[in-house]
Amino acid sequence: MFKTKRFWVSNFGFRASNLQGFKIMGLWYSVSAILLLTFLVVIGIEGMGLVSFFTIFIPYAALFLFVVGFLYRVLKWATSPVPFHIPTVSGQQRSLSWIKADNIDSPYTTGGVVKRLALDILLFRPLLKNEKVEMQAPQRLLFKPSVLLWFGAMAFHWSFLVILLRHLRFFLEPVPSTIVILQRVDSIFQGLIPVIYITDIIILVALGYLFVRRIIYPQVRYISLSSDYFVLLLILGIVLSGVLMRLIYKVDLVQVKEWAMAMLRLRPVAPKEVNLLFYIHLFFISLLVAYFPLSKLMHMPGIFLSPTRNLTNTSRNQRHINPWDYPVKTHTYEEYEEEFRDSMKEVGLPIEKG
Amino acid sequence: MADEPSKEKSLEIDYTIPKKSWMEPSTEFRKGTYCYPAASRHEKYLELPHPREWQPTDEDWKLPEDWREVILRGMEDRLNRYRSYRLFLDICVRCGACADKCHFFIGSGDPKNMPVLRAELLRSIYRKYFTLSGKVFGKLAGARELTEEVVKEWFSYFYQCTECRRCSVFCPYGIDTCEITMMARELLNLVGLNINWILEPAANCYRTGNHLGIPPHAFKSTVDFAVDELQEITGVKVEVPINRKGAEILFISPSADYFASPHWYTFLGYLLLFHEIGLDYTWSTYASEGGNFGLFHSAELAKRLNAKIYSEAKRLGVKWILGGECGHMWRVIHQYMDTFNGPADFLEEPVSPITGTRFDHARSTKMVHICEFTADLMMNNKLRLDPSRNRKWKVTYHDSCNTARGMGLFEEPRYILRNVCQEFYEMPENTIKEKTFCCGSGSGLGADENMETRLRGGFPRANAVRYVHEKFGVNLLTCICAIDRATLPPLLEYWVPGVEVAGVHELVGNALVLRGEKERTTNLRGEPLDSTISPSPSSGERAG
Repeated sequence: MFKTKRFWVSNFGFRASNLQGFKIMGLWYSVSAILLLTFLVVIGIEGMGLVSFFTIFIPYAALFLFVVGFLYRVLKWATSPVPFHIPTVSGQQRSLSWIKADNIDSPYTTGGVVKRLALDILLFRPLLKNEKVEMQAPQRLLFKPSVLLWFGAMAFHWSFLVILLRHLRFFLEPVPSTIVILQRVDSIFQGLIPVIYITDIIILVALGYLFVRRIIYPQVRYISLSSDYFVLLLILGIVLSGVLMRLIYKVDLVQVKEWAMAMLRLRPVAPKEVNLLFYIHLFFISLLVAYFPLSKLMHMPGIFLSPTRNLTNTSRNQRHINPWDYPVKTHTYEEYEEEFRDSMKEVGLPIEKG
Repeated sequence: MADEPSKEKSLEIDYTIPKKSWMEPSTEFRKGTYCYPAASRHEKYLELPHPREWQPTDEDWKLPEDWREVILRGMEDRLNRYRSYRLFLDICVRCGACADKCHFFIGSGDPKNMPVLRAELLRSIYRKYFTLSGKVFGKLAGARELTEEVVKEWFSYFYQCTECRRCSVFCPYGIDTCEITMMARELLNLVGLNINWILEPAANCYRTGNHLGIPPHAFKSTVDFAVDELQEITGVKVEVPINRKGAEILFISPSADYFASPHWYTFLGYLLLFHEIGLDYTWSTYASEGGNFGLFHSAELAKRLNAKIYSEAKRLGVKWILGGECGHMWRVIHQYMDTFNGPADFLEEPVSPITGTRFDHARSTKMVHICEFTADLMMNNKLRLDPSRNRKWKVTYHDSCNTARGMGLFEEPRYILRNVCQEFYEMPENTIKEKTFCCGSGSGLGADENMETRLRGGFPRANAVRYVHEKFGVNLLTCICAIDRATLPPLLEYWVPGVEVAGVHELVGNALVLRGEKERTTNLRGEPLDSTISPSPSSGERAG
């Protein structure tokens, strides 16, 4: 293997020189946008007293946009035809009986496809395969496993999910025991009061990593858009406001739960005298939810529909139909023979006519 | 070529990121890096839109007046017809995992060769005209105007992608740049922007049945020549049926196999094998091409060229079809043919007439890969083999992109190789099977005028070859792709001299002990069985 070699330049690594004089316009736009939005909610609540607007109208509107937008996008994909059978095969095909076929990376049954998708969706398996290519003089490549991105992505998504589930306690009465258990497990390693959740720490570190890598790796910085920074900052804002509410600026949880239950019953009542952080938290969540269907966050439902991953590698024993197939103009054998008949005859090739 | 990169003036690979944003189109066309545009006569012959003569280096590309509307309409149409396009344009998160998976990025350092950015070149236009966020937030959401400069940039970068799909393996969502490139090339075609290396073979194939434009009588004399050559080497006179009605099997291979080098020796290998097992088969001159350069142009052209295979199988009344060693040919056959031109209900489920093995994985398409066929013969001990006749070769195997990531044909060729040669070494695992690196010249980029781009794109593959060359003394790279056989020799000549290229069935032909043969003193190349490497033969490079 290449693995013992050393390198002189790392094309994907951190190089201080790359930071000199770098401008990331997209980043500054996003930072400004986040600040502006924070300012907006502070003014709205503190200055103008628009409590109902921010706690009732905006969340409902956001949820509405989310549901409609999400369904629209998913239905749009789902109703687009898949004209050709194009799985990205990554394992041995099923062919001869004595060759062991790979039913996950070259699935030949629906079960295989389900396993492949499950591994991709739950464990981010493609990222686990990630490897960094580096160049060693003179002109030699080295491949190194690179699982940091996988680790960061796993940490971020899974802790996000746990945090989301934990929040169900605000919307369910009585709180299901699974949620209670989850909450206990999440805070198991400490006797601190107030409790610090493990997932809160993990998600902050993971977000930090995902954010920093967009800045320090030159190639990733080059491809990053304002919207890429914006989403990370928005989620960071949500997490930070949430953590601060829990640790330092306590929020009246009874008030919050009453507000949440009232929202669910569609008889909304604005919460009274909760900390400003709560309004920021809620506003950012509303923004995220409303922005979700417009953004790359749609990768979440999208991966289920990816035709390179959700098809079996069986295109030779099962015909795939193209719904919009149409007849095309071809050059027929008759036309061909017409042009070449004499020379075919001359060399004794069989012909149809004459 | 005058300014072809040489050993003395080696290519530099610079990974420094340019100062200007990627949203500003890069439209530099430097000699040695781009392919010549298609001659308008080929476009006319194939009845493609807006044929004209132009050059990428011209200021004015003579685009049709309504070019913007044509492209946007074309995009909309394809967004509605392909879930892959819409989805892949929508869900990328720009994580960058694909970046250093692309051979063109590794070999050039140009960030626009990162698959993510290659797709963004198209995605930015999609956002501007087809998404709400792009319309509202513009540049902030990564949207940009469709300008002539953007079209020029597309022509540059979508003809620097070989549709190899390696990035798709590493993408967390399976986003396949091949799909993106296919779409972009279709859009470019709509305004009459094509490359000659794709359209000339395609036009030839349409007319004569093969990319090289070989008419039937020339095909016949080539075969006669091969028969004589084989008689000289083996003492056995083989039968080669052509256009024979009523044969059991129609055999189709890439045309380069019977006209280019080192493909020729693979061709000889096929002929020996079929003779020895007494296969009831036929070649066809009308369908004398397995390869399909239409695939590199548009789904429609791919279908038009592919139609010949089934139609010829029907005319000749064969039972099933056997296919030779070719990469993208097998992408088409495995993933497209049945959809394009099926159902092949006039054929029978393929069964090996020698071993009785039923190839039920090809039940619908009715087409079997020759490596599947030969591996089955070997497993059933139907062949007498003398691997020592390949003793001069220390062999490695290059998975071609399409048979790997389009099919999963990994073990069959390896099983064959282990049976026919004495020393076989794998390249590092990061560079084989589903992680295989492209030759850098696939998908119609194997021209001469873009040699620098090809050498850069081929660098990762060559680098892995160099590793086994230095470590184990590997001197032969085998592959089952005609484009590989055409384009890897000059590539290896540059990056790792001393390694030759051969098809798998060339080695089969060497090792195969024929009934009634004379003692072999040379291999199919006419070289003594023990000799050290001779200089590689120089001849046409066009692949099938």
